[in-house]
Amino acid sequence: MGTDMTTATTISTSARTEILRRISVANGGTSDAAAAGAAWEHLAREYRRKAVLQPESVLDLLEDRLRDYDAHVERVRRGDVADVVAKMLATRGKRRMVIPAGIAPEWLPAGFEFVADEGMTAIELDGFDGVMTGSTVAIAETGTVVLQNVPGQGRRAVTLVPDYHLCLVSAADVVETVPEAMEGLRGKAELATTFFSGPSATADIEMTRIKGVHGPRHLDVILIL
Amino acid sequence: MSGVALDPKTAPVFPMAARTALADTQMRKNVRHATDVIQAKRARVVAEMPDWQQLREAGKQIRQHTMEHLDFYLEQFEENCTRAGGVVHWARDAEEARKIVTALVKASGSDEVIKIKSMTTEEIHLNDALEAAGIHAYETDLAELIIQLGEDQPSHIVVPALHKNRQQIREIFQRKMNLPELGETPQDLADAARMFLREKFLRIKTGVSGANFLIAETGGVCIVESEGNGRMCLTLPETLITIAGIDKVVPRFQDLEVLLQLLPRSATGERMNPYNSIWTGVKPGDGPQTFHVVLMDNARTDILADKEGRQTLNCIRCGACQNACPVYRQTGGQAYGSVYAGPIGAILTPQLQQMHHAQSLPFASSLCGACYEVCPVKINIPEVLIHLRAKVVNQNTAGITGLFDFEAAAMTAMAMIFKSERRFRAAQRLGRMAETPLVRKDGQGVGWISWLPGMLGGWTQVRDLQEMPKETFRDWWERRGKNGN
Ligand code: SF4
Repeated sequence: MGTDMTTATTISTSARTEILRRISVANGGTSDAAAAGAAWEHLAREYRRKAVLQPESVLDLLEDRLRDYDAHVERVRRGDVADVVAKMLATRGKRRMVIPAGIAPEWLPAGFEFVADEGMTAIELDGFDGVMTGSTVAIAETGTVVLQNVPGQGRRAVTLVPDYHLCLVSAADVVETVPEAMEGLRGKAELATTFFSGPSATADIEMTRIKGVHGPRHLDVILIL
Repeated sequence: MSGVALDPKTAPVFPMAARTALADTQMRKNVRHATDVIQAKRARVVAEMPDWQQLREAGKQIRQHTMEHLDFYLEQFEENCTRAGGVVHWARDAEEARKIVTALVKASGSDEVIKIKSMTTEEIHLNDALEAAGIHAYETDLAELIIQLGEDQPSHIVVPALHKNRQQIREIFQRKMNLPELGETPQDLADAARMFLREKFLRIKTGVSGANFLIAETGGVCIVESEGNGRMCLTLPETLITIAGIDKVVPRFQDLEVLLQLLPRSATGERMNPYNSIWTGVKPGDGPQTFHVVLMDNARTDILADKEGRQTLNCIRCGACQNACPVYRQTGGQAYGSVYAGPIGAILTPQLQQMHHAQSLPFASSLCGACYEVCPVKINIPEVLIHLRAKVVNQNTAGITGLFDFEAAAMTAMAMIFKSERRFRAAQRLGRMAETPLVRKDGQGVGWISWLPGMLGGWTQVRDLQEMPKETFRDWWERRGKNGN
């Protein structure tokens, strides 16, 4: 095992020097932070960076795009979240849900089993009916929800292994465009981050869209107004 | 494991391979169907974007800028990835990359790995090397699984099994997964794959991936996918080994706002990929606790050194040029003898081989310009093709003075033409006039050219070339836009 790592390291050290040398020869000199930074500031960015729609239309767009991706969406007033969660779980026939630490307790209806993840194994996670989480931001134009490893959203494995995902999105966190979402994520870019647009899907067989190959096969989204 | 890996060193030259491919009508039907579907979806979601051209320009500038400062950005990536708990390795060529990855898998203590679809690992024939070292690699992307179990070869960079239809896939799964009763709906087939792979995802402790983007500013890695197999491989194993060409780096996190719009729409006609994952080094309690990145050159610095060819490195591997290419649509991917097929393969593969192999590929194009129109980062593929043709001619004629000067000069002139859009249009019009003496009308009154002078004849050895359309693709596209239909 030790020798294997040594092999990798020995090759790498001389390769690094050589590759960097080849690049500077190809580019007619080496680059540095100041040169790269100054040039980067001047790149053309004439694409849309800001929302043009009214907030209400942004929500409509998100809902439309999520539906297009086979997600089920419900809009809910803040006080009614737990009731709607209960309704959705009942409709789907889900009883035993895993939740990340830090999820708002008032979102959890009685009559279901909610188990907080404390570093469960993948096999343990596989035993649940589904997972319920909050979210960081949602992008209307693309029908995308973004999760990060923060309280209420948790580890990546938790939203990956169970077959069903119920995701809560706050209307205040919905943006229209991709650039707005990236702007909001920038300060937290180093957190483990997952974007999802609908449930898992493939079109590898005759270009027919099939839902749910490996991730959750069903996605419900509750939009909290 | 694939049957015989696609390798430009041993593959038959394109004109010969294309002859065989053209005879496979089932394959051609499958390819045509798949590329039609993707192209229609792509056109629809691109038309939705009022700022598509501005995004393309930004994408082009970001990629160009990255290449101009590549050494700085690679070192910055290394520093930030290392700080976040990753281990960065460097590999000059495919052999070094294979040695490093094999050593790292062994060090992880596993003799099995789960793999995400990665053209880079295909490029270096990693699976063969792992197998030789006693390590079995399971492909987990549905298409890659179909190819692996079918002992086949990929034919498209985004949808590698698009040359297979559902009956063919069913037959492979029945045989290799031992499921004689398996149904033939796409859903049945996807369910079978889910069952087959889930056990591996939950059990195997080492993952191998490629990367779509390496973020210099944060040391983060980004992978886009749709099935969730990527998330499984990135999240569940204890050790993750990511291998990426040095061209995969992007300067800043913010740059993803451009690339994450261009890539999914161009690649599969999705507004966004079903899943994008971004992770930075190691996060205690979340995902693999040992993380390696192998940065591989493998001739990319040679491409960088070539003034005309270097724009090839801007490619974000969306495959849009393949879907748009009339030659690819006729022959399918495998005729290119390389894991990179279609127009991008025709320019990338010979350059990755330092022009020693795959010399016929720059001729595998009708230069219609459709690839350039769809490329999300505006790579002028026809320009590079012409440049490479000139190189091939020069290489082959070094020492035989004078004999091939005419072609070399013609290619240089063509290269000039492709540099300017105005000249390119003029040349297309000229081309329609110049070809007139070569056209023979067939029974239906359609003109065919069965012979072209000099090097251009390579393509017509295989099949008759339909005469150039009366209207260029560009002219047609613009007229179509104006008429609103
Ligand atoms: S050359 Fe352009 S169109 Fe072709 S795969 Fe690369 S980025 Fe996509």
